[in-house]
Amino acid sequence: MLIIKNLKAEINGKAILKGISLEVKAGEIHAIMGPNGSGKSTLAAVLAGRELVTVTEGSVTYFGKNLLEMPPEERSKEGIFLGFQYPIEIPGVSMVNFMKTAVNEHRKYKGLEPLSASDFLKMMREKKELVEIDSKLANRSVNEGFSGGEKKKNEIFQMAMLEPRLAILDETDSGLDIDALRIVANGVNKLKRPDSSAIVITHYQRLLDFIIPDVVHVLYDGRIVKTAGKELALELEEKGYDWIKKEVDKKDLA
Amino acid sequence: MEKEQDKIINDVTSGEYKYGFHSDIETEKISRGLNEDTIRTISGKKNEPEWLLEFRLKAFRHWQTMKMPTWANLKIPDIDYQDIIYYAAPKQKAVNKSLNDIDPELKRTFDKLGIPLEEQKHLSGVAVDAVMDSVSVKTTFRETLAESGIIFCSFSDAVKEYPDLIRRYMGTVVPYTDNFFASLNSAVFSDGSFCYIPKGVRCPMELSTYFRINSANTGQFERTLLIADEEAYVSYMEGCTAPMRDENQLHAAIVEIIAENNAEVKYSTVQNWYPGDKNGKGGIFNFVTKRGLCRGENSKISWTQIETGSAITWKYPSCILRGDNSTGEFYSVAVTNNHQQADTGTKMIHIGKNTRSTIVSKGISAGFSNNSYRGLVKVLKSASGARNFSQCDSLLLSDKCGAHTFPYIEVDNQTAIVEHEATTSKIGEDQIFYCNQRGISTEDAIGLIVNGYAREVLNKLPMEFAVEAQKLLQISLEGSVG
Ligand SMILES: Nc1ncnc2c1ncn2[C@@H]1O[C@H](COP(=O)(O)OP(=O)(O)OP(=O)(O)O)[C@@H](O)[C@H]1O
Ligand SMILES: [Mg+2]
Repeated sequence: MLIIKNLKAEINGKAILKGISLEVKAGEIHAIMGPNGSGKSTLAAVLAGRELVTVTEGSVTYFGKNLLEMPPEERSKEGIFLGFQYPIEIPGVSMVNFMKTAVNEHRKYKGLEPLSASDFLKMMREKKELVEIDSKLANRSVNEGFSGGEKKKNEIFQMAMLEPRLAILDETDSGLDIDALRIVANGVNKLKRPDSSAIVITHYQRLLDFIIPDVVHVLYDGRIVKTAGKELALELEEKGYDWIKKEVDKKDLA
Repeated sequence: MEKEQDKIINDVTSGEYKYGFHSDIETEKISRGLNEDTIRTISGKKNEPEWLLEFRLKAFRHWQTMKMPTWANLKIPDIDYQDIIYYAAPKQKAVNKSLNDIDPELKRTFDKLGIPLEEQKHLSGVAVDAVMDSVSVKTTFRETLAESGIIFCSFSDAVKEYPDLIRRYMGTVVPYTDNFFASLNSAVFSDGSFCYIPKGVRCPMELSTYFRINSANTGQFERTLLIADEEAYVSYMEGCTAPMRDENQLHAAIVEIIAENNAEVKYSTVQNWYPGDKNGKGGIFNFVTKRGLCRGENSKISWTQIETGSAITWKYPSCILRGDNSTGEFYSVAVTNNHQQADTGTKMIHIGKNTRSTIVSKGISAGFSNNSYRGLVKVLKSASGARNFSQCDSLLLSDKCGAHTFPYIEVDNQTAIVEHEATTSKIGEDQIFYCNQRGISTEDAIGLIVNGYAREVLNKLPMEFAVEAQKLLQISLEGSVG
């Protein structure tokens, strides 16, 4: 469903992504790991269409379409969901109003009627249970005053509401306590359909105990420097990134 | 709610000032210019008693000694007061204002504005005084309200039918010497609304006045006088629109409110005068004096305003808290876009003991506009235990607009507690992107964010107005970010 070819991108003239190629097929879960500042969030931002990041080379094809030409809201409606590493607060805007607007925009795009108020609230209730989010959170303003963990759970709740075809979860596990981690991971697994895919960005292999990836990539200095099965995550957990960095630097020298 | 939400979105995408049409209505006008004869003519047309003519003339003579105020943070072009028509009245065939006698074109105009003049069309039960140019053309539910002793009628009718009340109260809160525009209004005012809620009566429906400017080259000068007697309650709303024209038109109104012991008055305004075009051509000059007197103990006056229209706005709805334990509130959202200018705020004058006031001001500036909050909190020596809390927030949507806050605090009593908070923020690119990522377009995202920012004030509006106001915020900011 997603084919990334030799993607290069910069922020304010500084090269961040330096040639990334990656293919995600329907039904697959890809994990992306890598040291701080290696460009993981930047890759997610490019896929979601953030203007701040300028693509300088390469292509991204999503279900046969040129993804880079689509405005971000259209990408969302085409089924791309980004779980933010740092979810944004929108004071005064209730979660209900926010999600209703979002869900109905998605429905309009599909040619469906907007949901009635009661159907919408029913949907909210079901999804809240699914991801075990505290009912009260949904009555508050978008992320305003939410704790770090609550914000992350709220991302999964929104994902449940929008039922994406491709979910990109940027460190959704960071800042979660052990129970919350299980809830979030369960949520992701429950929401996973046979033909939907996910890119899971994480620093910790423990998430991957719950969400089992088909492939693990290591991103380092704007490049994917290693791709392997889920056992790679374990190896990284044990040995850190130094050995990979060394491998890469050696290659660069040669 | 569902449908409304959709309607809002539709309206936003279709944008523009929706009320800019002109109606072809036979109108009686006097010639341009302002002198004592003009005033005698206006007074004569209204068959006014001698005392009212005297009041006007005193005001006029005083006004001639005055200069336009220059302290506001506004660039006001020279206004030629001799070039304005001070009286323009849609012609009405009969004196008896039953609906059948109203010019069908007038009725259509108000229908188009969403203000049906037939009572049976008002499912929500809002009584309306409809004012076009210089006169009130229809007041609905007069009879129904009269059953509970409430007087709700045009100012002109009140002068004829309740001269004692008018003489007792008119000019007691805003004297004719108060300021340049108040003096001008006192000299030439042509109509407006009058309302009296008797002792112990809770007004059973929302009262409202809808102001429409229709004729070219005219100014609108209306007066509203609201009296809530002991233990009375009333919620009053005011709306206004005008046609799109290249020249500026002047609107200088006076609103006076009196609240007796334990009375409460809620006054809500959605101000949507024509703001001028994208380049700042045309639009209404909205120079208004609004003031409430909490005369009785435990009385309360609450101003809520959503200001989105007008080329220039100069207004400071204020409360004089004279009665012990009385309360004044001011909740305001002022939006300026393109080349609009607003200098608005409030004055809270604490005189009585344990008087309380709350000020919440939300300024939203876009385009090349200039938006100032100006507020005075004054605590007199007598006002022991007085409390004020002020919150003044500014939201900037462009880097070419201006937002300013001018809080004045004068405290003469040691026991008073006065708190002031102010913030300035911008809509974050990250907030918009977050909405985009959930499938919400940038235009709608701004609408959501702005409405969220103004929520605290919007929540104070009566239901009938809240949805309208939300839409208005979105439309006013159309195309302001991008
Ligand atoms: N807005 C920005 N302006 C300038 N530089 C930026 C900006 N956003 C990201 N960068 C830089 O881009 C590089 C990659 O950042 P990115 O957030 O993609 O890293 P990451 O792999 O997600 O790191 P982490 O694991 O810490 O989340 C970093 O060097 C970062 O400083
Ligand atoms: Mg990151």
